[in-house]
Amino acid sequence: MNILLDLFLTFAKIGLFTFGGGYAMISLIENACVERKRWITHDDMMNITVIAESTPGPIAISCATFVGYRQKRLAGAVAATIGVILPSFGVIFLISMGFDRFLEIAWIAHAFMGIRIAVGILILDAAVRMIRKMQKKPVPLAIMAGSFHAMLLADILAQRVSSIALMLIAAVISLAVFRMKGHAGKAGESG
Amino acid sequence: MIYFDLLIGFLKVGLFVFGGGYGAIPLIRDVVLSYGWIGDEMLTYMIAVSESSPGSIMVNLATYVGSAQAGFWGALIATTAVALPSFIIVLRLMLLLNRLLKNPYAQAVLQGLKPCIISSFCTAVTFPQTIIWFFRMLRSAASVTCTSPAVPAPGRMASSLRRCRII
Repeated sequence: MNILLDLFLTFAKIGLFTFGGGYAMISLIENACVERKRWITHDDMMNITVIAESTPGPIAISCATFVGYRQKRLAGAVAATIGVILPSFGVIFLISMGFDRFLEIAWIAHAFMGIRIAVGILILDAAVRMIRKMQKKPVPLAIMAGSFHAMLLADILAQRVSSIALMLIAAVISLAVFRMKGHAGKAGESG
Repeated sequence: MIYFDLLIGFLKVGLFVFGGGYGAIPLIRDVVLSYGWIGDEMLTYMIAVSESSPGSIMVNLATYVGSAQAGFWGALIATTAVALPSFIIVLRLMLLLNRLLKNPYAQAVLQGLKPCIISSFCTAVTFPQTIIWFFRMLRSAASVTCTSPAVPAPGRMASSLRRCRII
């Protein structure tokens, strides 16, 4: 079979059967690409995971681009990426067309009110996990406390604070602290 | 114009979300509220739908918001915009990667990173895994009862279970 078609179909299957995105997809990709198709090695798989986590954007896209590029350079990357996006695009697009009418049904509307609470809890759960994984050093903790209070104030005062701006400020702060520590170290050595 | 706003908005999302998954949600909420596209309530519904459908949450939300704002082309533009930064960055990385991986220092760094990735993966995967198991259980329950169309009486349930070789 044409390798491009193969890439497309394999990643379409992966995209179709991943619920919850992200890490669940990695194990599917491992199964399909490493074990069955032998497109990449287990070592490559570890590298992909590192890359996918360090690069912005959906993990699915990073993985698909990587594997696709390995097989057939740009065309392969495009085929795999389109493959992984297409099934979910189709499903969501269809749902979005009918959702308003769907919500008009009374019991469904009530069910979704409950689901909203669940979504809130899921997001809180994700936040708790991230906090647990975070290093408990003074600078990260300070940044976390600072940005939390900034956003809380913004909500109370009904101002809009851009998340992106906060992220960039945090990056600048931690970079500055890193450089200051470097200077202090050098001063200690020479002095 | 709405297409342009969708493009820029989701390019920002695709460029500034690290780690995927739920990390995308605050940024998407930020973008959506700042353009005044969708209210909080409707957004929560969209998040619920995006989570329950296949595919990554970020891409699904992009498709949904794009479709709600501007139909098919809106959905297409938003989805492409969210995927594009990651796509381009990984491609650029691939060009450097072949040279980089041969470097012995890079090898050393990766060796150190691998155990960290494994442990973080293990902790991160337990939550989506429970959802996957839940769906698998639902699916197997459905396939067992679906061999007989009406609500199965005990006799028919037993025979369908036997047919599925569970008993």
